[in-house]
Amino acid sequence: MHTTNMSTSAGRARGAAIGIRNATKRYGNFTALDDVSLHIEPGEFMTLLGPSGSGKTTTLNVVAGFTDVTSGELSVGDQSIVGVPAHKRNIGVVFQHYALFPHMTVGKNVAYPLTLRGVNKAERDRRVARALDMVKMADFAHRYPAQLSGGQQQRVALARAIVFDPPLLLMDEPLGALDKKLREWLQLEIKRIHRELGTTFVYVTHDQEEALVLSDRIAVFNRGRIEQVGTGRELYDEPATLFVGKFIGESTTLRGAAETAGGETGLSIAGQKVAARQTLSGGRNPVILLRPEKLAIVSRGTSLADGQNSLAGQVSEAIYLGSGSKYQVTLKDGSVAIVRASLEAASFSIGDEVDLRWSIADSKLLADDAQADLTLT
Amino acid sequence: MKPFRIILGLFCLLIAVWLVMPTLVIIPMSFNEKKSLAFPPSGFSWQWYANFFTNPEWLTSFFNSLRVAAIVAVAATVVGTLASLGLSRMKHSGAGILRALLITPMIVPGVVLAIGIYAVYLNYQLVGTTLGFVIAHTMLAIPFVIIAVSASLEVFDVRLETAAASLGANRLTTFRTITLPLIAPGILSGLLFAFVTSFDEIIVALFITSPYLKTLPVQIYTSITRDADPTVAAVGTIIFLATSLIITAGLIIGSNSKRS
Repeated sequence: MHTTNMSTSAGRARGAAIGIRNATKRYGNFTALDDVSLHIEPGEFMTLLGPSGSGKTTTLNVVAGFTDVTSGELSVGDQSIVGVPAHKRNIGVVFQHYALFPHMTVGKNVAYPLTLRGVNKAERDRRVARALDMVKMADFAHRYPAQLSGGQQQRVALARAIVFDPPLLLMDEPLGALDKKLREWLQLEIKRIHRELGTTFVYVTHDQEEALVLSDRIAVFNRGRIEQVGTGRELYDEPATLFVGKFIGESTTLRGAAETAGGETGLSIAGQKVAARQTLSGGRNPVILLRPEKLAIVSRGTSLADGQNSLAGQVSEAIYLGSGSKYQVTLKDGSVAIVRASLEAASFSIGDEVDLRWSIADSKLLADDAQADLTLT
Repeated sequence: MKPFRIILGLFCLLIAVWLVMPTLVIIPMSFNEKKSLAFPPSGFSWQWYANFFTNPEWLTSFFNSLRVAAIVAVAATVVGTLASLGLSRMKHSGAGILRALLITPMIVPGVVLAIGIYAVYLNYQLVGTTLGFVIAHTMLAIPFVIIAVSASLEVFDVRLETAAASLGANRLTTFRTITLPLIAPGILSGLLFAFVTSFDEIIVALFITSPYLKTLPVQIYTSITRDADPTVAAVGTIIFLATSLIITAGLIIGSNSKRS
């Protein structure tokens, strides 16, 4: 019926390339999307990650056609979709609230997009069965949505969104309403389905762990802009901004009076000097970001190895995690450092006076951004 | 505790009798042998039912009412449903005022409306016409449809329409396949209310009736003031049974469609 044939020039990989160029969306005075550009490869699993109100869902709505961009260009494959109404875009969408039609059985729900496209009954039945099979819901075709659990409903919704073979599947926090165990299992299911289909997936979430599990690449959104796009490893190891560094994984931020000399930056924290092997340009205020597994705790006064930083502190929390331990160490300037220690490492108790040690190479120097803390809380 | 419960039970029974008796009283009266509306009746006879089904005056007015009510039910349901849909989609504060405006025919005293309608109808030769009855009764029935359909729309998840669009349905298809089936119970109960509103409407009808077009309530009224024979009770019994059946059917349909 409305099937625009988008896959022709996008390659036979079934997934289409997605292009977002300079997309801006304003609601009155509020800028929901501020000049966002993002290129997604055919068949890629791209996650839009960010806190609520960061523009990730707006981006998804704009691609799905539920809202228009104020300005900018959008394309699926090599065709512009600006101004094309949602029902003609041929893009699958999975919603957080499932959005199954309560008056139709599971089978009818999944057949719905095929009926609209005038697919004949035999072919329709075959494709519905295949889609339900893929999400492991084949035995539920005659049930009504109200008779299913949340996880089952979301699997049906996923089947409905892929049954018409869209070149692009959008998912808006699809696991947000489910409990943790179910969420972890469905994450793996979604990964498997992505591999089997080869469709381009765009996945919206505020959960950074979920983003790391699922994605080929992650676009980190903050205040209507993309802060950084990269693989999970790139974002974790080489964050471009303090916001990204703090949003992905756990971290400790050190702030202090800075001085730059010979390609190194030194920060003075409560009288102690720590260093990073980078410098910042443009007179921005530097901070040091540290990952918890790069930090080590030693007894106060242990001799310092070459190329190491050291800060004095006191253990304020000690948590046994089974696979290791997690400590909070309150530093002399009052800030709190998070440390992960392996099982083999010496253990400490609350109140112990300790030194934090880490390799100077592991000091990640970033420009300070007071807003980064605000948006995270 | 025990005597209190007995007293409470008796009190409830009294209220029930009070509410239902006036309706039930017409049933024995309709079988009265004598040509009087006295209660308790004496003897047993079907003659007043026979009179209703053979007397052209009664039959004509019955079919007039049926015809008017059927047209009104359809017209009020279409207009009222569209109005409810529009109101539910309106974002700004005007929606509340507009809704109140559309409900007013239900609140304004019937006599006041009747005078206004009569005055206008005289000018346009609408007195005693089917069109006249349909226009007036549709206006009176629209609020009932709006209330019933709005209640359905209140629990309708608009996000389902977004989902349907993403699956390839245009707005009309979405309405036909998603919205309409899900608010159908509200529309159906609106339709029944509209039908009943027109079918037993008397105030406006008394003003705009003519010897050539009488509805059943008007006929009942003239009959009771002129003949005072038990045919009125027979008609009342028939209407009572018919409306009970319709309402029961409506309730069954309503409860069956509560799938979500």
